[in-house]
Amino acid sequence: MKLQLFPVLITAALLAVTGCSPAPTTTTAAGPVSEDTGGSAKGDFGPPVGEPINAILTAPPLVPPATGRTQPAKVIVNLEVREVEKEISEGVKYTFWTFGGTVPGSFIRVRQGDTVEFHLNNHPDSKMPHNIDLHAVTGPGGGAASSFTAPGHSSQFTFKALNAGLYVYHCATAPVGMHVANGMYGLILVEPPQGMPKVDREYYVMQGDFYTVGRYREKGVQPFDMQKAIDENATYVLFNGSEGALLGDNALKAKVGETVRLYVGNGGPNLVSSFHVIGEIFDKVYTEGGSRYQENVQTTLVPAGGSVIVEFHAEVPGTGVIVDHSIFRAFNKGALGMIKYEGPDNLAVYSGKEVDSVYLGDKAASAAPVAAAAAATASGTLTLEQQIKAGEALYAGTCSTCHQGNGIGIPNVFPPLAKSDYLNADHNRAISVVLNGLTGPVTVNGANYNSVMPPMSQLNDDEVANIVTYTLNSWGNKGGRVTTADVAKVRASTPRPKGAAH
Amino acid sequence: MRPIILGLIVLNAAGLAGGVSANDNYVRIPGGEFKSALKYEDTQGKVAVAPFELMRTPVTNAQFLDFVTKNPPWQRRKVVPVFAEARYLSHWSSPLQLGTNAKPQQPVVNVSWFAASAYCEAHGARLPTWSEWEYSAAADGTRRDARNDPAWREQILGWYAKPSNAPLSPVGQSPANVYGVKDLHGLVWEWTEDYASMLVSADNRTQGEQDRLKFCGAGAIAMDDRENYAVLMRVAMLSAMEAANITSNLGFRCAKSLP
Repeated sequence: MKLQLFPVLITAALLAVTGCSPAPTTTTAAGPVSEDTGGSAKGDFGPPVGEPINAILTAPPLVPPATGRTQPAKVIVNLEVREVEKEISEGVKYTFWTFGGTVPGSFIRVRQGDTVEFHLNNHPDSKMPHNIDLHAVTGPGGGAASSFTAPGHSSQFTFKALNAGLYVYHCATAPVGMHVANGMYGLILVEPPQGMPKVDREYYVMQGDFYTVGRYREKGVQPFDMQKAIDENATYVLFNGSEGALLGDNALKAKVGETVRLYVGNGGPNLVSSFHVIGEIFDKVYTEGGSRYQENVQTTLVPAGGSVIVEFHAEVPGTGVIVDHSIFRAFNKGALGMIKYEGPDNLAVYSGKEVDSVYLGDKAASAAPVAAAAAATASGTLTLEQQIKAGEALYAGTCSTCHQGNGIGIPNVFPPLAKSDYLNADHNRAISVVLNGLTGPVTVNGANYNSVMPPMSQLNDDEVANIVTYTLNSWGNKGGRVTTADVAKVRASTPRPKGAAH
Repeated sequence: MRPIILGLIVLNAAGLAGGVSANDNYVRIPGGEFKSALKYEDTQGKVAVAPFELMRTPVTNAQFLDFVTKNPPWQRRKVVPVFAEARYLSHWSSPLQLGTNAKPQQPVVNVSWFAASAYCEAHGARLPTWSEWEYSAAADGTRRDARNDPAWREQILGWYAKPSNAPLSPVGQSPANVYGVKDLHGLVWEWTEDYASMLVSADNRTQGEQDRLKFCGAGAIAMDDRENYAVLMRVAMLSAMEAANITSNLGFRCAKSLP
């Protein structure tokens, strides 16, 4: 061996001398090379200093305040396990097993180097024993074996948070998958020694998949379905434990100009999340909840039993839609949340809709009749025939998709314009519908309709007059004529829906 | 080994007054061989159960009140702390009165393994072994082993899905199984004589390297069996208990060996 080693050493020495060594070099390479944090080996900052501190726990979507500490402390965490029946979706009840009464469980926040005295209290009303595995724990089972707790009992164990990062905790009592599927997970943030950079808002969002015997949104009390869970065939995929947890009044809120940080977890038990906020680009993504951030990310993967920290700056007012971009989960299994930004418009960043012009494609009839009618209107010589011809061309491009080329509509969906009592009864109403759209129930020729017609904001008064005149003189309707002045009057006297101003 | 030793302590310490068993409360369970949900290493789960007698219903508050009245060492204020934690019988209004939160015909709960064992001893009986309990509970109304029927499993899981915050039903409300035994599922957890010797690991994800010595020769109990997980969750529940522990949904019934 020694004889063989010798030439290798000589070669290495020669290479070093010539400056061409392929061996790992220090920081001379292009681009910054950052030091590693040292992980758990450098995470022990000594014994706790000062009086023990009771951890502040928060229910989602809230996050406890920063620890603000510069020295390691002893932090006491009291987490209560409760089995509770709650709505998983409107009218659908499910028995969740929870850490702290919520899904996900209470958010825990400590600082790297802290000594955490953990008390797991299983409520006397619980039917099951439970325990906890915190991914922030360095030690067997993450605390699971030390925290197996019968109903009406309490367990205690202590660990030192050696690694900074955002960590999932979950129940690890058999059958583990069932305990997790019932909602037994949450997040613990171990701040790095210098703390997290200051932001304006912090929120707590955690995804989970749920398996019920009944179909998605099937009403009543829905039990857990083990076979669906084994098949990874989720009935619901949810943020914060229920459909609507982050919708409507429960939407997250921020102001334009603020920086928002989301602590995002994925409890699973099965599905990996394609986490995305519609209308946002994440300025920073602390991938997998670790110490380094990537910049300018659209969608980030969150493993089951993993996490991510995302940050973005709210630039314009409106609503960001939080989704799992494995997109059927968002629209068919409930993985939808919202964050509402309030503040002044910034049209330079986002204009809103500027143009909604008719695109006729191969439906384009000759534009000639429209042009002829416009010229005739200008010269005051417009005839009924010119109006009808122009109206026919405009109708083909604007109306025929729903009301059909022959005006008969689609039964139960789009009402007929042919032989239409609703149309003939009130010309001004017809003008108003074209201008402003129509939403809600109407009765046409004895049949009920309840759908949505958008405002035809792209049409000017001439064009509306010609379209309505065309329909009044077609398909067995009673005739009549609508003028530009009629349309202008209706336009002046009816409010435009928001967004239809032009 | 542990339960046997503890049993001797109970006998010595409690100074039991003799009780007469009400034989009409018991039914005879014919013996047989069956496959346990527990994967015993030596027999792959096959268990021979000798014929025995089992109480039709769990022991009630009224029956247990009678017992502690005759056996003062087991009254709430007198019990030795190592035999029952502080909340022992705490749902009774006083040591010798049930009060409004404990109806006479409800199953007694908040009783420790020691107290349950003493009750059975006083009635010339004992707690059923896990195998006896599991064997009896495998039945439904028409079959001695209904465990392959999804409906049997759903009934058990349906009960697990309900938190224990509603008052317990009186005993005997559920249909009798093929042996004439009631309430094995859907009312309360039940102590078994040997519960402490079938420990499930508190962290069952370490199946490849479990400390075999912890299992008193019964073998590692795997929880990966989806056919049997409903039964195994009961084992997990019992495994979480110490013999002096109580919970608000854990009761018991007694069994007798046949001569």
